[in-house]
Amino acid sequence: MMPDLGKYAFAVLASYGVSLALIVVLVALSIRRARRVRAELEKIEERVKRHG
Amino acid sequence: MSIWEYANPVKFIRTTDRLLPGVSMAAVLCLVTGLVWGYFFTPDDYRQGATVKIIYLHVPAALMAINAWIMMLVTSLIWIIRRHHVSALAARAAAPVGATFTVIALATGALWGQPMWGTWWAWDPRLTSFLILFLFYLGYMALWSAIENDDTAADLTSILCLVGSVFALLSRYAVLFWNQGLHQGASLSMDKEENVADVFWYPLLVCIAGFVLLFVALVFLRTQTEIRARRSRALLAREGRT
Amino acid sequence: MIALLVRDLRLAVRAGGGFGLGLAFFLIVTVLIPFGVGPETGLLSRIAPGVLWIGALLACLLSLDRIFALDWEDGSLDLLATAPLPMEGIVTIKALAHWITTGLPLVLAAPALGVLLSLPPSGYLWVLVSLALGTPALSVIGTFGAALTVGLKRGGLLLSILVLPLYVPTLIFGAEVARRGAEGLAVQTPLLMLAGISFGTLALLPFASAAVLRINLR
Repeated sequence: MMPDLGKYAFAVLASYGVSLALIVVLVALSIRRARRVRAELEKIEERVKRHG
Repeated sequence: MSIWEYANPVKFIRTTDRLLPGVSMAAVLCLVTGLVWGYFFTPDDYRQGATVKIIYLHVPAALMAINAWIMMLVTSLIWIIRRHHVSALAARAAAPVGATFTVIALATGALWGQPMWGTWWAWDPRLTSFLILFLFYLGYMALWSAIENDDTAADLTSILCLVGSVFALLSRYAVLFWNQGLHQGASLSMDKEENVADVFWYPLLVCIAGFVLLFVALVFLRTQTEIRARRSRALLAREGRT
Repeated sequence: MIALLVRDLRLAVRAGGGFGLGLAFFLIVTVLIPFGVGPETGLLSRIAPGVLWIGALLACLLSLDRIFALDWEDGSLDLLATAPLPMEGIVTIKALAHWITTGLPLVLAAPALGVLLSLPPSGYLWVLVSLALGTPALSVIGTFGAALTVGLKRGGLLLSILVLPLYVPTLIFGAEVARRGAEGLAVQTPLLMLAGISFGTLALLPFASAAVLRINLR
């Protein structure tokens, strides 16, 4: 099943590894920041509402 | 109904909230399909061997790195002309995504160039232009994060984006002139369809679609985040005043 | 406008104005290069045009944040903005003053520093010409960068990150003219491109700088 990459195994695997890692990091950072900012906004909005 | 309705932040968030799951799912689906197809089920190129599999990451990333800048240019123009906050924030949200794609294109290019050209890096026009594009992304993001006032930051970065686009184009031609024909650069270009056999072309198309969808999903999510962060700041500022 | 130019020039020449600092920096960079790459004459004379260009570019960069910073601090920039001068005129004069106090001395010093790098005899003229033609573009582009970062406390580093990518086309064509001139090749094409960039930026970029400055003064 695994394709035989021959002498180019390093180049191909490293390319996939680097790219996927970068994409995963970017997505994870985006989601984490989205969650944090959303929670913060909800907290502030609640406080504003309570104080009128 | 006009497209400008989406310039309303609330409406934008509501619409993208509805779209986001679908777009993300489609992005994951396309990326997984395209990459698995490309990695496991395509033959090696007779000339380049297994390295041809890098194309499924390299070309879509490079394509989207440029398209992200073009999108930032368009949204910056919309901000300058029509002053919709969502537009400026979308440009801000797209910049790190574009920069990441640029890094992917450069890294995979280096890894590909090493076995094919015998060198990680050559001052080939294409490679050099991408490096310069990356520098432009860095400057743009640095300027955004350096300015505190949101509107000022949006204005200044928009103008930087416009001026930067002109200079990026100039650099592109300058670089072509500077190192023209010294390197085989274009022979590896897969831009022209006839360079790629169908076996490589179809999975590549799926991967490109995956990168486009990934970009759209990330920009939606990050723009929402920017809108919320901005609203938080506005609320806090109002609180501080009363 | 002339009065503004004279005032800027006076301020620059006065002690603490930073006049001559750029020149000293240029000299030091040029002296450091042989320490870095070795004293071999053949190598030095081959890289001399490029080194002179990069040195001039860095020296130019060094003094950019002074273009608006002092006027911003003491509020005279706000006064200038309300003066009957168009903002485009003000930034053009500022760029011109920067060029006269920084660019022009660099241009004139370059041949002298070329001696240190054993620049080939045919190169002197073209280094001089390419710098004379290219440094105005450096000043104008730099003014744009300085306008972008005028209100920031630690804008210096940001300024160089913003401006250096914009310098790429000018540097490529300018250094190409100098290199080809030094090697005795035809210089017409890069020379025309360099002139095009210089005049193009001179004509158009002040509008962007003025818009940016207006935003920052808002």
